[in-house]
Amino acid sequence: MTRHRILGLGLLLVLALMPVLTDLAGQPAFLSLMTRILIYGMAAASLNFVLGFGGMVSFGHAAFFGIGGYVVGFLFFHQTEGTLFLGLIPGTSQLLITLPAAVLVSGLVAALIGTLALRTGGVQFIMITLAFAQMIFFFFVSLKTYGGEDGIIIRRANELPFLNMRDKATFYWVVLAITTLFFLGLRRVVNSSFGAVLDGLRQNERRMAALGVPAFRYKLYAFVLSGMGTGLAGALMANFLRFASPDMLHWTKSGELMVMVILGGVGTLFGPFLGAGAFMVLESVLSSWSEHWPLALGLILLVVVLGTKGGLMALVSRLGGRK
Amino acid sequence: MSVVLSVRGLRKRFGGLVATDDVTLDVAAGEIHALIGPNGAGKSTLVNQLSGELVADAGTIHLMEEDITGLSVAERVARGLGRTFQITSLLDDMTVMQNVGMALQAHEGGNFRIWDAVQKRRSVWERAKAILRDSLLTGREAALVADLSHGEKKQLELLMAMAMAPRIMLLDEPMAGLGHLESQAMIGQLEKLKAQTAILLIEHDMEAVFALADRVSVLVYGRIIAQGSVDEIRSNPAVREAYLGAEDELC
Ligand SMILES: Nc1ncnc2c1ncn2[C@@H]1O[C@H](COP(=O)(O)OP(=O)(O)O)[C@@H](O)[C@H]1O
Ligand SMILES: [Mg+2]
Repeated sequence: MTRHRILGLGLLLVLALMPVLTDLAGQPAFLSLMTRILIYGMAAASLNFVLGFGGMVSFGHAAFFGIGGYVVGFLFFHQTEGTLFLGLIPGTSQLLITLPAAVLVSGLVAALIGTLALRTGGVQFIMITLAFAQMIFFFFVSLKTYGGEDGIIIRRANELPFLNMRDKATFYWVVLAITTLFFLGLRRVVNSSFGAVLDGLRQNERRMAALGVPAFRYKLYAFVLSGMGTGLAGALMANFLRFASPDMLHWTKSGELMVMVILGGVGTLFGPFLGAGAFMVLESVLSSWSEHWPLALGLILLVVVLGTKGGLMALVSRLGGRK
Repeated sequence: MSVVLSVRGLRKRFGGLVATDDVTLDVAAGEIHALIGPNGAGKSTLVNQLSGELVADAGTIHLMEEDITGLSVAERVARGLGRTFQITSLLDDMTVMQNVGMALQAHEGGNFRIWDAVQKRRSVWERAKAILRDSLLTGREAALVADLSHGEKKQLELLMAMAMAPRIMLLDEPMAGLGHLESQAMIGQLEKLKAQTAILLIEHDMEAVFALADRVSVLVYGRIIAQGSVDEIRSNPAVREAYLGAEDELC
């Protein structure tokens, strides 16, 4: 317990010093890589909440990622145009409003998709979540007002009081703070009464029903929470890229999130962050070598999954001695 | 005695096979009603309809005078219907203690809380400890369910069902696969459980049935061919013909 705490604090310290370290090393690109890893880590951890902890293999999480991003995009667009979204909602570029709005909207969409998709299971669930995500993808592509296929350019990152969000280091620190809170919150949820029931449902739904636990509403709740977390990550990503586009909603994005989870360790708290890190580093290294990098990535994924039996997290636990 | 569970005219077909054929039976408070019959008679199918996993084609089920025919599994559990599975169905990645704890947690409610700590639910864990201390699984609290013996799993099924404080318990072959000593222990336990809950006991161990049952129903090809006290069933010619004569085939 204490050992975990020391490790965690040490890691947090290194992460907090990252802007200084990358500056000293003259590697500013590495800071933006780190920012993206943290953001994708949150998205992957959110997916892992349903996939690993809840046993629901969603292949549609790009929908929530993209919607989170588009909420930021819409609000920015209407603020600069001085118009109302749907003739009702004024735009804004205040992060303290755009983030909660993104979380709320992705949660609502997750509730809708979950209500329909969770009536099925197994392969059907995978296909239905994918189908919904594709519908949302094409819906956004068709929105010509908001750039259609090109998406919305967000010229300035959202603002926070007293902070200069245009500064890369400041932006990184804000993302790091949010990631830290996200991680602590996720850990809390996993260890809650709800988390225990979700774990039970993953293991044996029939047994849980015999204990009087109706699976559907618990799984839906988990799905909504997961959608909210993914939407949060999407909103931050739109701020980071200064861009919200259908790319964020593409089914390959759902696949990438899934790869991060599997690479890092399904059903672990920290694994998805490791997986996101490994994925982003591999992507940037491999893509500079060859345009066929996804093939190499696939091979590496195969080796990691078969070789570690539980992803990088299992490897780390084994190297660190006891579990 | 008041009737806890009342089944009227229950019917279930699987394609051309009539698995439950006009089954009518009552289980009264404080009694063990045994349901016997050869393999494939439709005993498990009946239990699954009573528990709500299968939907009956016709007939009604009442629990404490309330019609529960259309209710879901979880809704029936909430009204006091408990069960064990013939093929044990447990939370394999969890310990014995966590399994009992889950039953208590489910029974207690408050499980949409995402901000509490399940480890700190003292009422759950203290009761789980007490239940296990007084059980045959004492000393095995920390064992993973996947590592339990068959007999231990059967015990855990029973403990979890009882932790829910049911009004009626459906026991689907609780002694199947147990050794002689384990069976004897189980018989002793069921004897004691009678005081706490009504029991519908599906069993093919005749010794157990005759030792425990207050009433017996005999199911053959989905139909109840005889119903009565242990003595009546023993001496019933139709039952004898159906299979008490061929005792070895009985299951
Ligand atoms: N889901 C099902 N679909 C089709 N047939 C079934 C199904 N479940 C059980 N049966 C059939 O119904 C009959 C009764 O089975 P079951 O209730 O398991 O008997 P018992 O528990 O008395 O041994 C058997 O012939 C079995 O093959
Ligand atoms: Mg059976």
